[in-house]
Parts: sequence; structure tokens; C-alpha cells
Amino acid sequence: MKITVNGTPHEVTAATLEAALAELGYGDQRVATAVNQSFVPAARRGAQALQSGDRLEILAPMQGG
Amino acid sequence: MPVFYGTEIASRLMLGTAGYPSPAILARAFRRSGAGIATVSLRREGAGGAGAAFRELIRDLNVPVLPNTAGCHTVREAVTTAHMARDVFDTDWIKLEVIGHPDTLQPDPFGLVEAARILTQDGFRVFPYTTEDGIVADRLLQAGCEVLMPWGAPIGTGLGLNNLYGLRTLRAQHPEVPMVIDAGLGLPSHAAAAMEMGFDAVLLNTAVAKAGDPAAMADGFARGLEAGRLAFEADPMQPRDMASPSTPVIGLAELA
Repeated sequence: MKITVNGTPHEVTAATLEAALAELGYGDQRVATAVNQSFVPAARRGAQALQSGDRLEILAPMQGG
Repeated sequence: MPVFYGTEIASRLMLGTAGYPSPAILARAFRRSGAGIATVSLRREGAGGAGAAFRELIRDLNVPVLPNTAGCHTVREAVTTAHMARDVFDTDWIKLEVIGHPDTLQPDPFGLVEAARILTQDGFRVFPYTTEDGIVADRLLQAGCEVLMPWGAPIGTGLGLNNLYGLRTLRAQHPEVPMVIDAGLGLPSHAAAAMEMGFDAVLLNTAVAKAGDPAAMADGFARGLEAGRLAFEADPMQPRDMASPSTPVIGLAELA
């Protein structure tokens, strides 16, 4: 199905957010996630089902002021 | 040293981590200045991205991190970003920014208070980036904030303390509340002035990161803070309009 990851279209077969992260190659990277602008804690990614058209935000620590 | 939400900080200097020429220079600036808190952010990450390396760099600084919600213009964005930050930084501290205008980066006081209320209820310890407005400060305290971070000047301008009257009034209205001058400082003398006024700490980034020698400038800020704080604790003299001779007049020879 088609989803959007950080603003870029992607095709994935994963049915959950956790599986999508693995499929997209994030491996064990420490990231924070949101689906359709709603925060999804790391512990709930396995239960977060994905649907076609979902918009994922995957964030990581970065420089800030 | 200042105490924020029950945690004593090792320095009155809180330093941002953005815009340095290199990670090594960032680390040198922290080491040389002894900065007590590092501010950080969250941004989009690709597979195999730089987040892990940055996390390692920050861990090596060995100071508490204060994630921000920089770039958020709505309550929803700021609240969601705060939750995401807590998930990766393992801290309930959040530097809350709700920006009201893209040119001035002035805080949106209405959104700020609302986001502070929500985040406090969600268990966050909120460090709100605000203005010197005393009514907004009251509302933030009522929302559960135990620290206030009024701006000195707009972010990245280096203009210093733009509204001395407003900042002095805010400090006087809430002498028991830890206050950090956040943003707009350009020189160590600005930080010294903030200390002389009784503020507890300063938070800055651009003034150090964009200096020709960031580590030296960070050191300069640390010394400015120390000088200003010493002056505050030493109970400075009151300025006066008329001259007053410091050398005794009694015993002056009649030579005219």
C-alpha cells in the first residue's frame, strides 16, 4: 500500500507501524513516530495498524537551540 | 546554582547545540564554558540517518538535555512534538515554543499557555519560551509551569535585553520563580546584565555557535554570568544623578 513517510511517498507491505519501520530500514534506530499527526509511542507501534494513505512522521534527535 | 523542577543545574549557562561549524567545536564550547544544560530538537530522520551520532555526541557532553518544540506554530504541533521528544530523549523536560510570527519568532502567548496547561497535565515539566509580559507569566504559572523563560530579544538577533523595564518588572513580580533569559543575547555583557537583574540563568545558541571562536565565546559568556551574579549577590550601589566625591572633602588643603 502507498503511505507517506516524512513527506515522501513509499510503497510498503507492512501492516503495522513497527513492521513498516523495519521494512523501511530503520532497524534499531531510536526514533519518535507519529501517524496522521498523532503521536504513537514506541511501545504501541506493534499495535498501530497502517492503512493506505497514512502519513508517517519519523523523527530523531537533532541540533536545537 | 539554579534549581529547575527539583534538579540543581551545574551552571547558569544553558547552551543550544545548533549551527556550530562542527560537532567537535560544539563539544569544545560545552567543555570550556561548563554549560549546564544542552537544548536539542527533533527533526525528520531517514533510514541510517544522523540521529544516532548526534545522540552519542550529546551523551558525551554529560549534561541534562532540554528538548525543544522549535518551529511549532500551533498547540497541537507543540504538544505532539513534546510527546515525541519524551519518547526519544527519556526526559519529561520540554522547552515549549509556540511561535506566533515567522519574522519575529515571537511566542504566541495564547497557544503557549494552552499548550503548557495540556503538557503539565500530561506529566511534563514545562520550560516556556515567553515574552516579558507579566500577565502571560501569571497564566503560565497557573497552568503549572515552575520555570519561566522570557526572551531578551527575538531569537537569533543578538540584540540583548530589549525591554529592561519589562524584564525588571517580571523579575520583581515573581522573585521565587526560577527565570531564564532565553534568546536574543549576543554578548557576554548581555548575560552579565541579566544576572545583575537577578535572573537565574540564560539560554543561548547563536551568539556562541556563530562566533568566530565558539569555544572562546562560550567561555566569555560563562565569565560574564559569573561576574553578573557576583554583582547581584553583592548588593550593588544605587545609581544617582548628581556626582558625589569618593575622596573625602574634609581635610582638603586650601591651595586655591
